[in-house]
Amino acid sequence: MILDYALTFAFLCFGLGLAMNVYRVFRAPGVPDRILALDTMVVNVIALIVLYGVETRSGINFEAALLFAMTGFVSTVAYCKFILRGDIIE
Amino acid sequence: MEQIAEILISALLVIGGIFAVIGSFGLLKLRDTMQRLHAPTKATTIGVGSALIASMAYFLIFEGKISWHELMITLFLFLTAPITATFIAKAQMHSALREEDMPPTGVGTDWATYDPEVEAVDPSIIDPAPKR
Repeated sequence: MILDYALTFAFLCFGLGLAMNVYRVFRAPGVPDRILALDTMVVNVIALIVLYGVETRSGINFEAALLFAMTGFVSTVAYCKFILRGDIIE
Repeated sequence: MEQIAEILISALLVIGGIFAVIGSFGLLKLRDTMQRLHAPTKATTIGVGSALIASMAYFLIFEGKISWHELMITLFLFLTAPITATFIAKAQMHSALREEDMPPTGVGTDWATYDPEVEAVDPSIIDPAPKR
């Protein structure tokens, strides 16, 4: 009972954070800020996937969250590397 | 027993949600990029961490099975967050700050990432050759 309310609250909080990050992605003062906002978006989406797994009472989504964490990390590092070196794999 | 567990999981979920909002709001609110780098770390560690712990406790208590995926996600996030932060800070340093703006290191040597020997950055990006 109380868990349903808490779950809804957590969904709202992470969704609000995601909306703020989307705003920051579109209105950023520089490219590093944009990468930072994208990285935070990945983190929030992982939390949303995990909360969805709790709500549907199934553990089938956790592989998706794990894959999302990995691709998010690799893409952030690749983007930073591209800014620093002008190339990703040298 | 189940009542206590439910309250505990709910508290974890609420704390995680509040910290996620704080982290994402700090991304909008703080003034400098280096300060903004600080805010989402809260969302990563406490926000997602407590959501994952809540999920783990939920499946352990109500479904009666231990799921290790949450632990793996937490471990992976905590391992990769410093690397990501270092890369973003480096990109910011090389795109907006010069070596003269940096504070002294206090160890006798200069900032290694600005050292041309290290070649942290493609030389053509630091010092674009005048083509015209």
